Amino acid sequence: MRHLLSTEDLGRGDAVRILDTAEEMSAVGDREVKKLPALRGRTVVNLFFEDSTRTRISFEAAAKRLSADVINFAAKGSSVSKGESLKDTAQTLEAMSADAVVIRHWASGAPQRLANSGWIDAAVVNAGDGTHEHPTQALLDAFTMRRHWSRLNRNASTGADLTGLRVAIAGDVLHSRVARSNVWLLRTLGASVTLVAPPTLLPVGVEHWPCEVSYDLDSTLAKGVDAMMMLRVQAERMNASFFPSAREYARRWGFDDRRLASLDSLGLKDTIIMHPGPMNRGLEISSAAADSPRSTVLAQVRNGVSVRMAALYLLLSGDTREERNELTKVSSS
Amino acid sequence: MSTSSTGPTSRVVLTAADIDRALTRIAHEILEANKGPQDLVLLGIPRRGYPLAQRLARKLAATDPGIDPERIVGLLDVTMFRDDLSRQPTRAPGPTQLPSTGIDNKVVVLVDDVLYSGRTIRAALDAIVDLGRPRVVRLAVLVDRGHRELPIRADHVGKNLPTASAEKVRVRLEETDGPANDVVIEAGE
Repeated sequence: MRHLLSTEDLGRGDAVRILDTAEEMSAVGDREVKKLPALRGRTVVNLFFEDSTRTRISFEAAAKRLSADVINFAAKGSSVSKGESLKDTAQTLEAMSADAVVIRHWASGAPQRLANSGWIDAAVVNAGDGTHEHPTQALLDAFTMRRHWSRLNRNASTGADLTGLRVAIAGDVLHSRVARSNVWLLRTLGASVTLVAPPTLLPVGVEHWPCEVSYDLDSTLAKGVDAMMMLRVQAERMNASFFPSAREYARRWGFDDRRLASLDSLGLKDTIIMHPGPMNRGLEISSAAADSPRSTVLAQVRNGVSVRMAALYLLLSGDTREERNELTKVSSS
Repeated sequence: MSTSSTGPTSRVVLTAADIDRALTRIAHEILEANKGPQDLVLLGIPRRGYPLAQRLARKLAATDPGIDPERIVGLLDVTMFRDDLSRQPTRAPGPTQLPSTGIDNKVVVLVDDVLYSGRTIRAALDAIVDLGRPRVVRLAVLVDRGHRELPIRADHVGKNLPTASAEKVRVRLEETDGPANDVVIEAGE
């Protein structure tokens, strides 16, 4: 692995390897000294062109627990607001000899551009690009689901995938990079995915995705769901009216108290409720659901640090020069 | 005993019986040095240090019935503490499991199969520091083959094996490499 750009091209082996490594990383959080020396002397740059608190903090915590040096770079208040191009910014980072660049960008494809342009030598980690992908979020979701799934099946989570798990992802799929990354990754790991959304919030071409599509949350729940993931209604991307009113959305596609109670009557006692955060309480998820024992929202945040530690470790430890030579060998043969 | 699984340029230096005798002696040495079983914790270094630590614990329990062999053995992964992480292909870290008693104020005996450069033991010492503060740390190895690159020595050695650095010492245990259960030296190219 040279970069982590999307889950669409992530194989099952690499995905399971990241999750297994994350499993070992999570033990560090319980120890007396919450730090490993593995990335001592490496520099990780958090390059954020879009607002984000939890993802940036999570990456920062992950890099610091591995003893890497972290430079936070927010586009606001930097030369980017004076009109500097992505290329110039990248070359500045290269001159500062960054070993990894964690990039969040409003434009879909910006991390690919950064990785493939030859502007920099560093490993690139996509921390969310436009409405395209958010691979580490999908990995931490899969990690959370795998722990739950292994506990239910009473087997060790290490080495396991998600075969047989039924996942429903509900909400604003159109604007959601989290949904995209999850669909690809969960398919790779063997889970079956159903997207639930109003027709106006589904992207063109969704029928070709490796998942089911439904417009009705209640009937999807009635068919049985092991992990229910609610997506945030992204008000900042809502430049058209996608649904008549917030109340109607909450009633038809939100996970409200009525649906929380219906899980028990449907016999789904082990179903977990997930949300990538930040939550719009009362809109896509009710407070009772968000704070119920079924909710994994805080576990997801905790697991995010472990998964990002695993990704940074697997990208940055190892002899990167050797890997690059191998890559050029492969591409020239 | 099968010799068919060893190549023409390799020779067996310790048989299964030799390994068993060496471990019995080390177990007695550990109890002698510690003046009894109190506060003992055995930490095996993956892969083969762990089964060796388990075997040692069973021997300790056979000598001293006050010892519960399940409760004094731990597994210590040192991957993240190695000094060659950036020179080798990426290694996936493994699990670390400490006995429920922890290692604070304990007498920790590190157990590994072969002592060579000493770099793995240095990494293990760093790993221990991050996990707690043992009263004493000792080192037990099945084979000491020399060629140290750091000022580290073992307290308990199963067998001192003078080797050329081109040779390979392979410890094969039932638990990890079954059915083979011996120590073999293979000539280098």
